[in-house]
Amino acid sequence: MQKSDFVVRFAGEGGQGMVTSSEGLAQAASNVGYHVQTFVTFPSQIMGGPTMAQARLATTPVLSSGDDIDVLVCFNEEAYQNHRDEVREGGVIIYNSGEFEPDDLANSFGMPFADLAKSTGNARAENMIVLGALAHLVSMSQGILEDFVKERFTRGRANDEQIISSNFEALTLGRQEAEKSGFSLGELAPSIHPEGDQILVNGNEAISLGACAAGLSFYIGYPISPATSILLWMERNLTGNGKFVYQASSEIEAINAIVGAGFGGQKAMTATAGPGLSLMGEGLGLAWMAEVPLVVADIQRGGPSTGLPTKTEQSDLLMAMTPGHGDVSIPIIAPGTVEECFYGAVMAFNWAERYQGPVILLSEHMLSERKQNIAKPDLSKLEVEDRKIYTGSNGYNRYDGWELSPMPLPGHPGSYIANGSEHDGMGDTTHLPERHIQMTERRFSKLKLLEIEGYESRNNDASIALMPWGGSKGPALAAYDLVVDNGVELGWYYTMFLNPLPVDLLEELRHKELVLVPELNYLGQFSGILRSQGVNAASITQYTGLPFKVNELAERIKERLEQEQKVSVTV
Amino acid sequence: MSDKNPEYDFKWCPGCGDFGVRRALEAAVEQRRVETELPVENNVIVAGIGCSGNMVHLLEGPQPYGLHGIHGRTLPIALGVKMGRPDLNVIVVAGDGDFLSIGNEHIAPQAARNLDVTVVIMDNAVYGLTKGQSSPTTKLDEITSSTPYGKPEVQLNPLALYLTLGVSYIASHVSTKVRDLGAVIADAMNHKGFSIVHVQSPCTTYNNTFQELKGNVRQGIPPLAWDIPDHHDPSDVEAAHDLINQGGVPVGVVYRDTDRPSFQDRIDIINDKSFPRQVEKMIDSYAI
Repeated sequence: MQKSDFVVRFAGEGGQGMVTSSEGLAQAASNVGYHVQTFVTFPSQIMGGPTMAQARLATTPVLSSGDDIDVLVCFNEEAYQNHRDEVREGGVIIYNSGEFEPDDLANSFGMPFADLAKSTGNARAENMIVLGALAHLVSMSQGILEDFVKERFTRGRANDEQIISSNFEALTLGRQEAEKSGFSLGELAPSIHPEGDQILVNGNEAISLGACAAGLSFYIGYPISPATSILLWMERNLTGNGKFVYQASSEIEAINAIVGAGFGGQKAMTATAGPGLSLMGEGLGLAWMAEVPLVVADIQRGGPSTGLPTKTEQSDLLMAMTPGHGDVSIPIIAPGTVEECFYGAVMAFNWAERYQGPVILLSEHMLSERKQNIAKPDLSKLEVEDRKIYTGSNGYNRYDGWELSPMPLPGHPGSYIANGSEHDGMGDTTHLPERHIQMTERRFSKLKLLEIEGYESRNNDASIALMPWGGSKGPALAAYDLVVDNGVELGWYYTMFLNPLPVDLLEELRHKELVLVPELNYLGQFSGILRSQGVNAASITQYTGLPFKVNELAERIKERLEQEQKVSVTV
Repeated sequence: MSDKNPEYDFKWCPGCGDFGVRRALEAAVEQRRVETELPVENNVIVAGIGCSGNMVHLLEGPQPYGLHGIHGRTLPIALGVKMGRPDLNVIVVAGDGDFLSIGNEHIAPQAARNLDVTVVIMDNAVYGLTKGQSSPTTKLDEITSSTPYGKPEVQLNPLALYLTLGVSYIASHVSTKVRDLGAVIADAMNHKGFSIVHVQSPCTTYNNTFQELKGNVRQGIPPLAWDIPDHHDPSDVEAAHDLINQGGVPVGVVYRDTDRPSFQDRIDIINDKSFPRQVEKMIDSYAI
């Protein structure tokens, strides 16, 4: 029987090569046209700690990293104990017999990863031993992996040949071990090449590329998990004439610096996580008040305070809406897939430029580390917006009126004071009630410029609908498919534009009997926001630090529908 | 009320030292305009919160751009303006509370980078706008509204702090010597690097130190302010330490290091080393 879908989990101690293995497998498979998605979770420490990385390959687009593990690769005994129960019936465990021997050998076979690698003369080829064995289990041609090895290790160095041949040998040794074991999972169906060119990126790379495509010229950021990779990417890539990239001394410095840069006319950005966003609240308020375009990417992690730095959660939404004091409503774009990370970043800049204010791009840990194949963005089709610039003569009332007005740039006529205190047209401080009314309404009126129409939906006639947000989109869509495949009437709605919501979407949601929101937080943050906007919404929450599992989520949707409808639903 | 904007109603108290600093800054900006032949709009004043920050609204004559931000964050904002727009002349105006208390954490990084901005501090050793609380430069044991039994912290020596942190241009001044102060601010603006002009600018309401600074010969009170002698070599860091250690308020340029590259110089070196790629090429590097 052909398999159209293959899920492998690599588990062990950080540093043993789990992430390299899963990304290597994903790269090799995507090179020949499979759809791939990876998932990584690890503790917050430099070396070691229980780490797991997963790769899913399929012949059709992948919505989640997969619950039903076909093969579990255990680098040590702890990993075996922790993950063995998640292997599907008929699945196989490959364990590192150089480290331990399990008691139950029914569905597993061992091989000494390190000894086999050493026998090739390349002690670092452990993950190729593993990949060779995996390829055998699903009858994947070794050529696919060999091509990948050739590409990865052709680096123009004297020992390239030697490294490549030792890795080839490692693939063969792993394959032979799997053959000896007698296990087979059937044959992975041939790939169906996705239409058009593809790229393989993770969420943070997609955000970085999107920001650059939108014209980013000024980046400053402070290291923080899981946003650090954006800073490192920018340090390497955002260089050259007219560009500035720098590591800030704090998140407070970062946010205020991009206010200064945005005021100067740059497309400026920082990326952070919850603790950093907490520190940026006052600066975001300044950008809102002084009407300065800028983008803050918040790559959410778990918990309040230091929380869970390397785990995933969707619990910064309420803070992102009103990160500082006073009357503010910061526009939020929350990408739900790696592809949306790219387009969300582009739109975040477009929104910032269009309404002249701060925009938050709300991503999350699970997306930041997820490698996925996406259609290669066509830059010629990308719409990039720039702010309206004032080009008149001097004596300009920058904040005149009740709506957006063109922004003068320093160095040119039209000098004004960008003011964080309430101000009059010229930007001078004022306390007059009529001014505060005018300026407050002016600032909120600009949000209207961001109101769009259009959203993703299915089965619009159903009175109950499922509407996830952010990174829960994939697992929720897979769970939705499971539920409706069993004949249940359920609608589906999704948008990455969370604030403001597309106007027509909001209107439609208001007419639903119930909107169920799967989200990774305790409070049910998005359903609360929907309720405040007149939608009867309720959350399905999870706060484990991990993404939803498709089967569990389908089960919980089912239970909720049964409560609601007092009918039995089978999944 | 200012002439240019009748709606604006903020006022400094009569006799406030900030009036003198304002005149000096206006003169320095005008001098720069004449020297560089660049329009006044080429200057950006980044203002802190407090009485002194309101200077950005009270400047008379041709108007520079201004950014009146949030408390304590003038330097991060100035960092963004200057590194985003290296063509602009960026001036920070702030008080001792804003700059040395809540904003203190931002001085060291800019000193280490040698960010090319000019800071004019109006030090009145008190939080004026919030009505008389103690600040880092308030004297030990001084009674203020927030220290009714006397201030339990020793007084900060800002000049020693700047020198220790490696600020590459340090001047100390008084608000009463407007013409000379204007010349020093203009000189600081011409310095390629991080310059701070620390001005004693007394608060006539909460901490009137005009007399103290000036002294009173008849009453036998020696002046706190003293002119830095001509033989002082500002490029000599040891001499600068000695000068600060003499106490009081030296008037003039304390320290000036013209050898250090500015932050922009260093960024230019990095940019020369880098290999910028077009976005298209960046995307292509992930092709499968």
